[in-house]
Amino acid sequence: MGFLTLNDIHHTYFTKTSATPALRNINIDIKEGEFVSFLGPSGCGKTTLLSIIAGLIQPARGCAMLDGKNTGKTDSGIGYMLQQDYLFPWKTIEENILIGPKINGTLNHAIKTETLALLDKMELRNVLTSYPKQLSGGMRQRVALVRTLATNPKLLLLDEPFSALDYQTKLKLENLVSSTFKTFNKTAILVTHDIGEAIAMSNRVLLFSQRPGKIHKIFDVPENLRLLSPFEARHHPAYNELFQVIWKELESLEPEE
Amino acid sequence: MNPKNETEQLHLQYIKRLNKGHKQIRFYQLLIFLAFFSIWELASRKNWIDPLLFSSPSKIWELLQTKLTDGSLAANLGITLTETVLGFILGTLLGTCLAALLWWSPLLSKILDPYLVVLNAMPKIALGPILIVALGPNLTSIVAMGAIISIIITTIVVFTSFREVDHNYLKVLQTFGATRFQCFKEAVLPASFPTIISTLKVNVGLSWVGVIVGEFLASSKGLGYMIIYGFQVFDFTLVLLSLLIIAVFATLMYQAVELLEKKLIKNG
Ligand SMILES: Nc1ncnc2c1ncn2[C@@H]1O[C@H](COP(=O)(O)OP(=O)(O)OP(=O)(O)O)[C@@H](O)[C@H]1O
Ligand SMILES: [Mg+2]
Repeated sequence: MGFLTLNDIHHTYFTKTSATPALRNINIDIKEGEFVSFLGPSGCGKTTLLSIIAGLIQPARGCAMLDGKNTGKTDSGIGYMLQQDYLFPWKTIEENILIGPKINGTLNHAIKTETLALLDKMELRNVLTSYPKQLSGGMRQRVALVRTLATNPKLLLLDEPFSALDYQTKLKLENLVSSTFKTFNKTAILVTHDIGEAIAMSNRVLLFSQRPGKIHKIFDVPENLRLLSPFEARHHPAYNELFQVIWKELESLEPEE
Repeated sequence: MNPKNETEQLHLQYIKRLNKGHKQIRFYQLLIFLAFFSIWELASRKNWIDPLLFSSPSKIWELLQTKLTDGSLAANLGITLTETVLGFILGTLLGTCLAALLWWSPLLSKILDPYLVVLNAMPKIALGPILIVALGPNLTSIVAMGAIISIIITTIVVFTSFREVDHNYLKVLQTFGATRFQCFKEAVLPASFPTIISTLKVNVGLSWVGVIVGEFLASSKGLGYMIIYGFQVFDFTLVLLSLLIIAVFATLMYQAVELLEKKLIKNG
């Protein structure tokens, strides 16, 4: 049994006029320290699955276990970075990044110093007293990442964290996130639309099929790619090879619907 | 010239233009003010308007001075101001608390929804006589009038704002294991401050209406009483004086709310 186990998860959204099956038959095992990417067409249920793993919604069937415990419990040790940064506009950057420890009651001097150091590592300086809207999109994403890391979560869920950024910033952030996670040996799940990003950053790529979302195929990223930084990985021949394979597989998914 | 200096120069020019614009606006505002009172005075003296009904600025000014020296104005103003401020604070506070309660319990909010609509549609002023009989013709019943007039609309507006806070902010907090109270304190309430401030601004006006009507009905003191008394003895100078004083103090209250706004909404 893995570090994170998803056991036969099904989910359906109900409204008055419709029932939308969103996920079907999801079984995944993720090891500690692993970096996994979810790839799939829009609306296939990736965000839904992250919300289930984070314990924010209860799946219709099945369960998500982290370290042998149901993830629905509070204090689950999961950090979830939403599809947009959702920094609190009425809080300063400092208040924003310390909100996690403040909420779960672990805020002390050591944690504060640690978090501020992390902000420094993300090349954000002199922003502590600024408000989010005074920052650029890339800076806000980095602040959101620091906020997510501040509680020192065992598992990180990242929902398209780089999708709103320009290409250059995105490449830089990929490197930064990858090296940070490697140093702290974090387990992470990344949702992305970008095949290249999925290959460059992860150990495994899970390809989801269109609604209701199912795991269509799993790709293992070759060992030699994993050791490189995302930027270097993008220039490796093995990267292109895998890119082509996944691309074809994704294309074969499209016309079915 | 180095570029830094040039930017500074441009900035100075910008500030100068801004100041000039301000001065112009102030000038026209003052002009309207003076024109209004001089035309009023003139019209009254030349009998273009009925001086008995519309009085004149000079007569009002004289009356103001007598009322100031005999201390009756200060006493009446003090009472009305106390009632209004109390009614205002009470109405806003209770309204916001009620909104928080409704947010806390979605079931309760659904149950109470039609009642809120009915209560909001009803003219609260009509409750005046009942309040006065129930609570007695004193400060309490008039404060109650000042509060009741704004409480329901505050509840509705603030609750709507609570409910419309982006759920993703709550999700962020929930991933940290936040309780419902923490969600309220860290996200729902601060996100609604702008709405609360604008209801405060509306409530300033409403509570004056409530209190003045309350004084019409029951009181033997206060500005509302001065108006009704002036009306009964056909002393419209007294009525207009009270009206002007109300205008001044309502404006001051409004300014106080704006000060609070600056304090509360720092990122604005
Ligand atoms: N709250 C909801 N109520 C009803 N249906 C929903 C709700 N949230 C999502 N859905 C539906 O569930 C399906 C999966 O949505 P989800 O947001 O998980 O997709 P996604 O894979 O994250 O898409 P994207 O890549 O565009 O972000 C979609 O078809 C969507 O319409
Ligand atoms: Mg999504």
